[in-house]
Amino acid sequence: MVTSEAIDIFANLPLSIAFWLVVAVVLLYLARTPAHLALRATGRAVYNGLRLTARSVQLAEQGLAVRNRDVLLTAGAESAEREVEREFERIAKVVERDVAALPSLQRQLAEQVTYLDEDYRASAEVPPPSPGWVKAVAAVAELSGKGDTPVSSILEEIHRSTAAQHDSALAEYREAVAERHEKLDRMMPRWRRVAVALEQTGKKTTALLERTRLIDGHMDRYAEVRAGTDRAERVLTSSALTQFFISGFVLAIAVGGAAINFNLIALPMSEMVGGGSYIGNWKTSDVAALVIILVEVAMGLYLMEALRITRLFPVIGQMDDRMRVKMAWVTFAILFILAGIESSLALMRDRNAADLQALRQSLASVEPVHTQTSMIPTIGQMVMGFILPFALTFVAIPLETFVHSSRTVLGTGLGLSLRWTAFVLRLLGNGAQALGELLVDVYDVVIFLPLWIERRFFASRGNRGARNGHDDHGADDLAETWPDDEASDTAADQEFTPSATKSTNASESEPVGKEVLS
Amino acid sequence: MKRATLTVLLAVLLLGGCADTTSHSTAVYMLLDTSGTYRNELQRAQKIIDFLLATLQPGDSLVVARIDSGSFSEKDIVCKMTFDGRPSVANQQKRQFRETIDEFVISVESSPYTDITGGVIQAVEFLEETGAGKRRILIFSDLKEDLPAGHVRDFPLEMGGCSVIALNVTKLRSDNVDPREYFARVTYWETRVASGGGSWQVVNDLDNLATLAAN
Repeated sequence: MVTSEAIDIFANLPLSIAFWLVVAVVLLYLARTPAHLALRATGRAVYNGLRLTARSVQLAEQGLAVRNRDVLLTAGAESAEREVEREFERIAKVVERDVAALPSLQRQLAEQVTYLDEDYRASAEVPPPSPGWVKAVAAVAELSGKGDTPVSSILEEIHRSTAAQHDSALAEYREAVAERHEKLDRMMPRWRRVAVALEQTGKKTTALLERTRLIDGHMDRYAEVRAGTDRAERVLTSSALTQFFISGFVLAIAVGGAAINFNLIALPMSEMVGGGSYIGNWKTSDVAALVIILVEVAMGLYLMEALRITRLFPVIGQMDDRMRVKMAWVTFAILFILAGIESSLALMRDRNAADLQALRQSLASVEPVHTQTSMIPTIGQMVMGFILPFALTFVAIPLETFVHSSRTVLGTGLGLSLRWTAFVLRLLGNGAQALGELLVDVYDVVIFLPLWIERRFFASRGNRGARNGHDDHGADDLAETWPDDEASDTAADQEFTPSATKSTNASESEPVGKEVLS
Repeated sequence: MKRATLTVLLAVLLLGGCADTTSHSTAVYMLLDTSGTYRNELQRAQKIIDFLLATLQPGDSLVVARIDSGSFSEKDIVCKMTFDGRPSVANQQKRQFRETIDEFVISVESSPYTDITGGVIQAVEFLEETGAGKRRILIFSDLKEDLPAGHVRDFPLEMGGCSVIALNVTKLRSDNVDPREYFARVTYWETRVASGGGSWQVVNDLDNLATLAAN
């Protein structure tokens, strides 16, 4: 500890302080070069260290980004494959159904076409009208009124018989035409049937074409994902983020349901495992209730896996169908039993609560209130206790989405944080280097007086040298006096000047200390 | 993966449960002063006991004992019960407990002396035997000790971590003349309990019994 007595060597404090200041300035002036070097070296060391760290973090971020991209594209490709597969399954079902109906349709059409053909042929066989008859009858009728009587009577007779035959032929003709019309009329429903059958076939074909267009869309997407385009990556990332938040929201709802379920069975569970025992800091009854709910959730997961609705456990999905169906039944049975237990516990809870209420009323010296008890709350609790386990089963679907999308979201978040870390490290490195330079300048400010004297001294020497025919400057003399100092300072300045380093820093393989200062 | 997580969770819970040997139950020992005119205050004590019965959980213990001329005796225990772990059975036990206390309050007779120290020693001994995690001694008394000739009670108490709550510490006629007597009495007991390793509290507002539950 330096005391004022130790400083005060002249028994005059201001004088002593001034003396010590002069000593300090002289010492600092003498130590200027190593001090500058030390300050710059420290700044450079911190700068280099931080730049190296930033570079490592940046490389890690790049590696993570590549990995994220791979995972995202793989997941997207799997999803597209699954969708295409599902579409093909649907098409297969449609085609199978429609192809099975094709022989029947063909037979139907062939029958209708045969009927139509027959009717058409039948309607075409119409006796042609005989226009000659009409002319002959008219001619005979004209002749019958002219000439002599016998001929006339003969002609009249001919005319009469001809007219009768004409009438008969006309009647037959009309009858044939009517029959033809009747046959043509009978063709109408057959045409309609054919039209309907063809229309149905057309609709089915159109539906198939639409499905093929869907498949084309999926295939295009799949191709994009396989090609690893930026657009596919953007779409997949956006989709993963959306799914993450939606599934998170649904999971939060499910957690709420589980909490209600827990409250429903925690109290009556103490009747089974005792209310006074603890596991750690938790009541055994609470832990038991929690375990039951977790087991229900687990059974729900297995059930969904066995039904191939989710794909969290590939082992279950890869089982042979018989075993898988068995497993589905077993998990459903366990769920059913647990739902029954919960329902019973809900009933017990209602009774326990009523008993406790009665006890508290008696302890409070209050006459028990005999209200008309309704069974509705009890039944409601029992129904809730039965339904909630099955409702929790469907947690598997958002959980799967959440797990898959969280990989992408977490990866993206981690990449972003790494990028920011690298940026902050670079900023700190540059700050450290700038601080070193600032300290060098501050150092010179403290010893400005000896520096000024030195500059004046060398300037006067320089003038003398000029007069002696030399072309040197004070700065050159300074460089002679402190060769190491100026050389190192100049080198350092050049090294850290952005314009100087830009040309040397074209590639990333250059030394870190020579990187651009931006 | 999910199965493994669940297994680990269960294992952690079980191991945590095995490692933790702390008792979470509560044992309450209530001393009722039956000396002189303080006997008339017992109806107020009944309310406190009812409150305790309403708040104690399955697995907890409750003992009610009287303070008479020589209280360091099991004979002074009016009723003691460790409630069953099953809530329905515990409720039934509480009803029986209350009936016993009701009968005691009606039939109790005043004792000529007041051996509070003997009752406290008995309480500490009993509570240690229960092994309960939280041990409380409730003293329903005016804290005026009056010992028969020959009884030795002026020795330091070993409270064994029990918390002592003095309830309904009424002011005597002499306290009204010189209130310092009241404060000296309370301080005397506080010092004895604290020096024995226990904690001390006075609750005179019996309308605000929530303080008991909070402690």
